Amino acid sequence: MTAGTATLSERERRAAVTPLRAVVDTLVIAERDLIALVRIPSTLFFSSVQPIMFVLLFRYVFGGAISVAIPGGYVNYLIPGIFVQAVVFGAVQTSIGLAEDLQKGLVERFRSLPMARSAVLAGRTVADLCRNVFVVLLITGVGYAVGFRVETSFGYYLGAVALLLAFAYAFSWAFAVIGLSAPNSETAQVMSFPVLFPLTFASSAFVPVQSMPGWLQGFATYQPVSQVVWAVRGLMVGGVSDVAGHTWASIAWTAGIVLVFGPLAVHRYRTRT
Amino acid sequence: MGSAGNGLAIEADNLVKTFKGGILALDGVSFRAERGSVFGLLGPNGAGKTTAVRILTTILQPDRGTAQVLGHDVARDPAGVRGLIGLAAQFAAVDENLTGRENLRMVGQLNHLPRARSTARAGELLEQFDLADAANRPVKTYSGGMRRRLDLAAALVDRPPVLFLDEPTTGLDPFSRVSLWAVIEKLVDDGTTVLLTTQYLEEADRLADRLVVVDRGRVIAEGTAAQLKSELGAGVLHLEMTSGEEAEKGVAALGERLRRPASRLGSVVELSLDEGVGDVLDALRILDAAGLAPFSLSTREPSLDDAFLALTGHSMTEEAT
Ligand SMILES: Nc1ncnc2c1ncn2[C@@H]1O[C@H](COP(=O)(O)OP(=O)(O)O)[C@@H](O)[C@H]1O
Ligand SMILES: [Mg+2]
Repeated sequence: MTAGTATLSERERRAAVTPLRAVVDTLVIAERDLIALVRIPSTLFFSSVQPIMFVLLFRYVFGGAISVAIPGGYVNYLIPGIFVQAVVFGAVQTSIGLAEDLQKGLVERFRSLPMARSAVLAGRTVADLCRNVFVVLLITGVGYAVGFRVETSFGYYLGAVALLLAFAYAFSWAFAVIGLSAPNSETAQVMSFPVLFPLTFASSAFVPVQSMPGWLQGFATYQPVSQVVWAVRGLMVGGVSDVAGHTWASIAWTAGIVLVFGPLAVHRYRTRT
Repeated sequence: MGSAGNGLAIEADNLVKTFKGGILALDGVSFRAERGSVFGLLGPNGAGKTTAVRILTTILQPDRGTAQVLGHDVARDPAGVRGLIGLAAQFAAVDENLTGRENLRMVGQLNHLPRARSTARAGELLEQFDLADAANRPVKTYSGGMRRRLDLAAALVDRPPVLFLDEPTTGLDPFSRVSLWAVIEKLVDDGTTVLLTTQYLEEADRLADRLVVVDRGRVIAEGTAAQLKSELGAGVLHLEMTSGEEAEKGVAALGERLRRPASRLGSVVELSLDEGVGDVLDALRILDAAGLAPFSLSTREPSLDDAFLALTGHSMTEEAT
């Protein structure tokens, strides 16, 4: 009875991976990753409480000492920076999650199932995208509570959010590579921070780049996080020169990161023994 | 269709796999498992059992050699193979953050079962594996034994015709082990082919219709458990001496006079018997001549452990290096 319940040809039909099945498999994996996100207290903290703490810290503790010329003052300068910082920090969860799946043998199980091979990575990055939508809504709400206002228009706000989410999605692939290269989840976490800290703090997210020492300004000006922050800030509140230039630079960085790290992550996933 | 029509469930032909660092995990392994049978891969830690299972379940590509599962080539038609197999890997691969039920439903969906069928099957399996009470708890809260049962249940979600069990009972208490054996026997009665790996001779002996003994990436013996044992002769003689020292002298005396080596385990001398009772008399005469007297004597059937020692020159529990 066991072997006979489904005929062999029916099994063959079900085992064939069609594009539609690849999408469904991706969503099944994304659902599981999102469940984990909600159930693990530390990841929930990471994606919700931490951005709020950064808002409060910079708005009320450091903010008074930082002067910027922007419509609405420092809070309008800060919140776009927080948006980018939060989604970039969130990508660490990608590397930790993948490293854990490898370590716990789940990837082995997935590889033995007739599912689309792409679904494990695609599902993980889709789950990240959902988390980032939540993070953006949360920070918008918290931002409004502490005095942040969109000074342009709702359309520009949505454009900025789209840019932000696309950039974050690209970043997930870069951190997937870290997760797939680490021997375990602790190492994945440790490997992630040396990448994250310079990118988020040596950037235009919290303070004007002009206030940094000369040797740091070059890096801080051209690195991707700064470009995205300027674009998002310009689109949401204005007061940034050459918003179009920063927007194109952000799009170029986003595409470049996906094109380099996407195939690299897939390769790592396939060849990891 | 290759072996699909010839009654073979699994066919491995000259599999070779080298890992980074030059570790030769498989050095030309071949075997065939008939449909509806239990096939055993028996070998010590590091023998290459898991590597063979990973190749047969399409997780890993061999460097050389070919393998088929129900006629589907693992390298050329991995998707076809994946639709036919279930795998319970050596270490339980279940998602800690999901509940038991969610784990099984996820596996059902990834097997492309309709949602309702995945849910129904999850309920059935949770019941069958005595996990119904814990079904809605995250797996994080499960004991080791519960995780293993859930892992096996996950392998059975799609009622696979070929099931791979990599050391399914390692780390289980004796009671769980016996109940798992019953589950496996029931699956085979229902027509499933099972390939299981084990380090337990008792387990291979009890479950496997045929087995290969693997050591250091090579098949060193093949057959039924009974055949392997019979290669060893009539059995083993135990001679309990009064001290370890006496036993040592006994081993020396027997070694000098007989062609077969004797071995010592504490104060017990062990000697394999080729011809039965005649050998026992010989042994006693030799000991008597050396002024040694055992205070008790027994014989037992040879175990697969003995077979392993005889085949490889090292015991099973010794790590392959
Ligand atoms: N992913 C891997 N990378 C490097 N060496 C490995 C890997 N997997 C297994 N090995 C090595 O290959 C040999 C066989 O391992 P394995 O198949 O796990 O044996 P068994 O399952 O019989 O204990 C061992 O020496 C082991 O250390
Ligand atoms: Mg193993």
